[in-house]
Amino acid sequence: MTAMRTITYREAVREALREAMARDERVFLMGEDVGRYGGAYACSKGLIEEFGEERVRDTPLSEAGFTGAGIGAALGGMRPIVEIMTVNFSLLALDQIVNTAATLRHMSGGQMSVPLVIRMATGAGRQLAAQHSHSLECWFAHVPGLRVVSPATVADARGMLWTALEDPDPVVIFEHAALYNDEGEVSAEGDLARDLDRAAVRRSGEDVSIITYSGSLKKALTAADTLSAEGIDSEVIDLRSIRPLDNETILTSVAKTKRAVIVDEGWRTGGLSAEIAARISELRFYDLDAPVERVCSVEVPIPYPRHLETAATPQPDGIMTAVHRTLRR
Amino acid sequence: MSDFKMPSLGADMDAGTLVEWLKQPGDKLGKGDVIAVVETQKGAIEIEVFHDAVMGVHLVEPGERVTVGTTIARLDDGEIEEPEHEAAAPPSALPATETLAPAAVAHIRKPEEERLKITPAARKRAEEMGIDLQIVSPDAAGVIGLAELEAAAKGQTPILTRTKAGIDPVEMRRAIAAAMARSKREIPHYYVSSDLDVTALMTWLEGENRKRPVAERLLYAVPLIRALCLSLAKTPELNGIHEGDVFRPDEAVHAGIAVSMRGGGLIAPAILNADTLDLDVLRKALADLVQRVRAGRLKSSEMTSATVTISNLGEKTADMLMPVIYPPQVAIIGCGQIRETARFKSGAWQARRVMTVTVAADHRVSDGRIAARFLNDAQRQLDHPEKL
Amino acid sequence: MTQEQSEDLVKRILFQVAPELEGEDVDPDEPFREQFEIDSMDFLNLVIGLNKETGIEIPEEDYPKLETLSGCVAYLNQRKGQT
Repeated sequence: MTAMRTITYREAVREALREAMARDERVFLMGEDVGRYGGAYACSKGLIEEFGEERVRDTPLSEAGFTGAGIGAALGGMRPIVEIMTVNFSLLALDQIVNTAATLRHMSGGQMSVPLVIRMATGAGRQLAAQHSHSLECWFAHVPGLRVVSPATVADARGMLWTALEDPDPVVIFEHAALYNDEGEVSAEGDLARDLDRAAVRRSGEDVSIITYSGSLKKALTAADTLSAEGIDSEVIDLRSIRPLDNETILTSVAKTKRAVIVDEGWRTGGLSAEIAARISELRFYDLDAPVERVCSVEVPIPYPRHLETAATPQPDGIMTAVHRTLRR
Repeated sequence: MSDFKMPSLGADMDAGTLVEWLKQPGDKLGKGDVIAVVETQKGAIEIEVFHDAVMGVHLVEPGERVTVGTTIARLDDGEIEEPEHEAAAPPSALPATETLAPAAVAHIRKPEEERLKITPAARKRAEEMGIDLQIVSPDAAGVIGLAELEAAAKGQTPILTRTKAGIDPVEMRRAIAAAMARSKREIPHYYVSSDLDVTALMTWLEGENRKRPVAERLLYAVPLIRALCLSLAKTPELNGIHEGDVFRPDEAVHAGIAVSMRGGGLIAPAILNADTLDLDVLRKALADLVQRVRAGRLKSSEMTSATVTISNLGEKTADMLMPVIYPPQVAIIGCGQIRETARFKSGAWQARRVMTVTVAADHRVSDGRIAARFLNDAQRQLDHPEKL
Repeated sequence: MTQEQSEDLVKRILFQVAPELEGEDVDPDEPFREQFEIDSMDFLNLVIGLNKETGIEIPEEDYPKLETLSGCVAYLNQRKGQT
């Protein structure tokens, strides 16, 4: 049996960065405050001392500028990791990401590739108010040419970065800000790299499929535990990859349980939950024993006060209510 | 384009359930084509169109119950449609805070609430198990899911006796009650009766039927209806529709024929233009109508077009009935059984066969004298059966 | 045709005329009219059915003999014997 050790999500990200830079000298990290300050969420603490200013680069406050520089470096043969402090700030870099990084392979007829990794924090739960707390993953998941992943566990945070760096095309990694302090187990030895392709069944069950990702996974698991005390056996699916979506895992589960609850910290309107619900009704309509339920953030900018922030985002109670509705209980 | 609406198939109908579409989008429709089947209190009725068109879109799905007047399909009849101007939505004060609250979701779902909600999984499973979903008890919200199906399969819930695309006796009784109560409330009935002599008719008929193979023999109802319709054609005050304080006599006699259902209830669909049909056509029309009434398969025009009703009690029943008018008609003719009696005729007592025929008519439209004239004319028709 | 075969034939035709009666017990001596609310149209259809199945011409004067199951059976056997 493999020996396991317990680390935090933040430590997992830091280990992954260190491993990547140690394994491949083309890898470097750049972004706002990643160097001397150690990263807004302290993910790169100590790396500037270990790898120097050449490979851990503090940038000016210009998302468009340093993301564009990352694309240029990737085109030039490097393996840059660009950190954007939060998804809200990534909007300043959307032109670079959507119009340049995602398109160049296609526009050059395959002659150019952009092996860029962009990491960014996402989500609410840390009282950072409406300009630092949104979940805009679905905006990126909309764009062909990007791969979008969302590690919800410590092991995935530790293992997805290296796989992302090996991808010849741009990969966006969303780290949920409320997860950084969470602890989890990773293997004490061996290759820790994780695939970027498949959704994972985090809890197996027969009565309902709760489909979620990122920061909502632990809420879904909490709801599933409480529901099991009532005799409701929930299956919890962690999407892991949100572009492309792993249809097979989602649909196999729904075909088994006949009921689906999608938990998405993004907004309901035009969101990822809508896409998943659409796929279920397109491909598994005849297996459904209840309308697909969605638990999403309330359609307001995420509020600052703790109680309103909690009320505005998916919580275990709301997930349980939705599960009850699918079972008509 | 034009709207095709759920028709009213009787004074007592306020809603109907679409059973099936018989014409699909793109199908060409001619006047009188049956385009759909609708279930009403009087069984499944075939709905016809009244002009040439092309089926556009179905707006109601099988199983949905909608009120009379609801647009159930759009027909393309070549007419140019005025473009509809959508009312500009008032700008929201807080555009970013639009919420889809549970109340809004419940509101959107409301139109479905009246029909049985069967989940796709339950439908599929029922097919595999060979279970008729009509017998499965839904939950309190009217939903049949896998849980309800399995409970029914295990015999944990009562098996329902929902009648299939046919007639629900309770609903039919309710429909009759509504129509007859309205009639007695609104229509000032008067009644005029005569014992009509049918000896000549019956003698002629016995001779006629001896010449005919079994399958073509005439029930006496056939020449009787023919005779009454010929007389009705001459009595416009008894043949037409009274609506909104206006009586409109009809040139054609669309004779509603009261057909009783075994086990109770009756329906009076119309034989259209009955006064123009000869005996053999009328014989076939009557047989067809009775058969379809009992199978629960009538056409919408038959349900709505009657201009007068004939209620014939038949053999071995009773001598006389005082019928109640079916609104918006203005008369109903009630025929008792044929009985043998002694009559003083041409200076001697004779054995005769007679039938008491009663006219119930609407005093807002006619007087007793009119009904008497009608009965006398009918007697003349019956005296010369060979001319019928 | 045996007694039993005749009886089955009459019942089969009766149930064709009035499908909702299918499977009902038929009292052989009670008139159909009273037992099952059979009216003259149904009765004519019954006679048409008997004629079609057996080829026997049934004149109208004989209709009263066909009002019960036992009457029908006796009539069919008697008429069958004649031909």
